[in-house]
Amino acid sequence: MKTNGLNMVYYKVRKSNSFAPVILKVSTTADFGDRTKFSNLQDYQNNHSMYGGGYIFDEPNNRQLKEEQIHDDPEKLTEFEDRISRGEKIEPGDWMPSEYRRQLIRLIEQHAHSEIIGALPEGTWITRAPGFKRKLALIAKVQDEIGHGQLLYNAAETLGKSREAMINDLLSGKSKYSNVFNYPAETWADVTVIGFLIDAAAIVNQIANSKGSYGPYCRALERICYEESFHLKQGHDAFVELAAGTPAQREMVQDALNRWWQPIMHFFGPPDKNSTHSEKLMQWKVKMASNDDMRNQFLDTYVPKIWDMGLTLPDEKLKKDEATGKWDYSDPDWDLFKIVINGGGPCNKERLDVRKWAEEHGRWVRKALMNPKDKISAPVA
Amino acid sequence: MNNQSLDPRVNRLKLNASGEAVTVQEGENWNVFEVFHQEKRGAHHEHVGCVHAPNAQLALIFAKEQFGRRKKCVNLWVVRSADILAFDAEDEDMFANNGEKTYRDASGFKVMEKINKFKKAAKES
Repeated sequence: MKTNGLNMVYYKVRKSNSFAPVILKVSTTADFGDRTKFSNLQDYQNNHSMYGGGYIFDEPNNRQLKEEQIHDDPEKLTEFEDRISRGEKIEPGDWMPSEYRRQLIRLIEQHAHSEIIGALPEGTWITRAPGFKRKLALIAKVQDEIGHGQLLYNAAETLGKSREAMINDLLSGKSKYSNVFNYPAETWADVTVIGFLIDAAAIVNQIANSKGSYGPYCRALERICYEESFHLKQGHDAFVELAAGTPAQREMVQDALNRWWQPIMHFFGPPDKNSTHSEKLMQWKVKMASNDDMRNQFLDTYVPKIWDMGLTLPDEKLKKDEATGKWDYSDPDWDLFKIVINGGGPCNKERLDVRKWAEEHGRWVRKALMNPKDKISAPVA
Repeated sequence: MNNQSLDPRVNRLKLNASGEAVTVQEGENWNVFEVFHQEKRGAHHEHVGCVHAPNAQLALIFAKEQFGRRKKCVNLWVVRSADILAFDAEDEDMFANNGEKTYRDASGFKVMEKINKFKKAAKES
């Protein structure tokens, strides 16, 4: 309903003795029984996503975008794009291009999986955290990550994909999660590097995305960013404690930095020059910043904090160009990045096997409580 | 069986390394409940998000864990998402003229102007 919508509503009200039956619609609770009405979902299932790195994804196949654009009502599309350019949010009941819906599901779902799988490398050290306060903080942090996964799954569900379908795509390997979590946390110093630098990188990405166009995702991210600020601080604190500690502690944290630097450089995804990211996604405020811009922002804030502690990074080229404000660095191995995403990393199998174990062994509890006759609905907002 | 993980908790599990597919059944993650959070006595309950739960009682437990574990909270409500009745997002234009109803707003009445005009006229006469 557009310009003439106003008149239509009034007309209906005047003609009707009873207000409610005319205007009230139970429309925002999409019934999952109708899920197939989103034709794009089948495409989604068939589409093997390429990049799960960072919380960034790139669409390698632009052909699909064009095909689907043809099918979108051009008048509605203009109205939708005008709304976004005015800075307004899109809400679940709004009309949206099928490609917008598909890309958002991919993005939010991968972000959710990253939170759930991201709890595993750090969880490795809960039993051996050095001291009671560190242990408490680490448990709290890991619990937060699982909570973030829940918030994000809910946001993705408002777009019409069920929680179960997302979990199944994670377990089958169809849907990816952030590549950094395919590496092991070998020492306590690894936990401090993850807690400090991976969380910092995630915050750069999440703050950018929280200014995007889809209301439910933005709301989830606002809550997440608030909690992440505690994660970053506790990570920084634990990192600095080692960096300011004994020679053995400093050696341990330096070793962790050396091993994690390449995965961290991978985190924001391939360089812009190689990436096929669509201008459309930027215009629709699905992708809020380019991979290189986010990587640069991260380097700008955090490299000095590392160097301040007298630690080094394993890249001789790493240096800020004061004239341009851009950081120079050696390209990380992007072939390795792709190998790890596609299952070849040191921990891919373990991560998914643990997830499968949890699903299999928790099933009897879920089934015992499940009411098969229950009509399932999507979250409202 | 030793999984040879760095995580002692993982090593205690009997992981199925066969690579067999594990599938979650539709509906196994239960139903969706909207959550409303009251920050302090006297405040409104505000919508904060949702949880999956098999019934309202468990939804409250999960909501406490998800939305009440950190900031101040004195009470929570949950309601099945399916029971929320809402206007169609596309019908938002029906509220379009709300801002123009100055007759139902204090700013729409200029009493002092009239009083001052009356006083001025009284003084001059």
